[in-house]
Amino acid sequence: MAKTNYVKEFLKGLWEEHPTFVMLIGLCPVLATSTSLKNALAMGISTTAVIVLSNILISLVRNFIPDEVRLPSYIIIVATFVTLVDLFLNAYFPSIYQVLGIFIPLIVVNCIVLGRAEAFASKNGVFASTLDGLGMGFGFTWALSTLGAIRELLARGEIFEIKVLGEGYVPMQMFGQAPGAFIILGFLVAGVTYIKIRVQRKRELQKISERSSAA
Amino acid sequence: MKELLLLFLSAAIINNFLLTRFLGHCPFLGVSKEVGTSFGMGIATTFVMVMSGIVTWLLNHYVLVPYGLEYLQTIVFILTIATLVQFVEMVLKKHIPALHRALGIYLPLITTNCAVLGLAVMAVRESYTFIETVVFALGGGVGFSLALLLMAGIREDLRETDMPEAFRGAGVALITAGIMAMAFMGFAGF
Repeated sequence: MAKTNYVKEFLKGLWEEHPTFVMLIGLCPVLATSTSLKNALAMGISTTAVIVLSNILISLVRNFIPDEVRLPSYIIIVATFVTLVDLFLNAYFPSIYQVLGIFIPLIVVNCIVLGRAEAFASKNGVFASTLDGLGMGFGFTWALSTLGAIRELLARGEIFEIKVLGEGYVPMQMFGQAPGAFIILGFLVAGVTYIKIRVQRKRELQKISERSSAA
Repeated sequence: MKELLLLFLSAAIINNFLLTRFLGHCPFLGVSKEVGTSFGMGIATTFVMVMSGIVTWLLNHYVLVPYGLEYLQTIVFILTIATLVQFVEMVLKKHIPALHRALGIYLPLITTNCAVLGLAVMAVRESYTFIETVVFALGGGVGFSLALLLMAGIREDLRETDMPEAFRGAGVALITAGIMAMAFMGFAGF
């Protein structure tokens, strides 16, 4: 039973409780840093690192922190890891650091990180919390990269800075800027909601037919 | 004086926090369902933005920079904002209970509003002076409230509109925000 549970903790962040498409939290970096696939991946990986590391540490110390001061303590833990990521990127990937700008320190206030700390890591063991963090991080990353890839393709006709669409393609600048980000994310959210509605209807129909066949 | 006015307009309209800089989207999608609550949220956020702009500027210039502690910026700023929000809540509760009743539920949410921390970090990166920081914070807050109110007005109408089920709620709200962002781009001269 334990094993299936762990798999579920990992998978729920990728689809069932997807932070971006289902819970709609932490949208600011999704909109702001998805100008290209490369930026999107960099932001996704940085955020995943912060979610996983703070989930691990918080689940390790969860029994030592008094309940009244738990939120400030979590904020300090998260801010510490964000500072580490910030210094690391500044030292080794200065070009990415320049592009992501203030959105690196802003990982602190990404609702996903504190949300997972409060809702999951403060109540569960280290291994489960790690998987939960990885799942949520990958969920966030795939949403961000999908949006990044679509925007890069429409705005410049490229994916990963390689020309994909031929010379005849007229780039649509708008998708590289603010309105494009909102509109494409809106369609992606609607698409995911559509699939979810369909799946749920199918399940309900199945239940009804099972019941009638049993009767 | 002219520069300050330009800074205010640029923070409020041209580089609107919500629609151009992508900051503060959790309350944008969560709270912007009714005009009344959006108004309260806008006022509360503007207030906290100006206060935290002032406090973080002072901290940065008199503590972090003189002692070479700039790398602690993120931790210090977020703790300051969290403390400040708590403090504002206590003061309001004791002295202006009517305002506390109106804004109370929004205040805790503002700690994790990235517009507040984003403003503090941006003011440092742009090396604004004290007055500029205050004007920038005020402009940012006014722009935030403006976009929030416009959005709430549109969403109140959208609720009655017939549309595909999948677009209801967040999907159509994001697409509306996109169209609003396009309109706001007009101010930048596109």
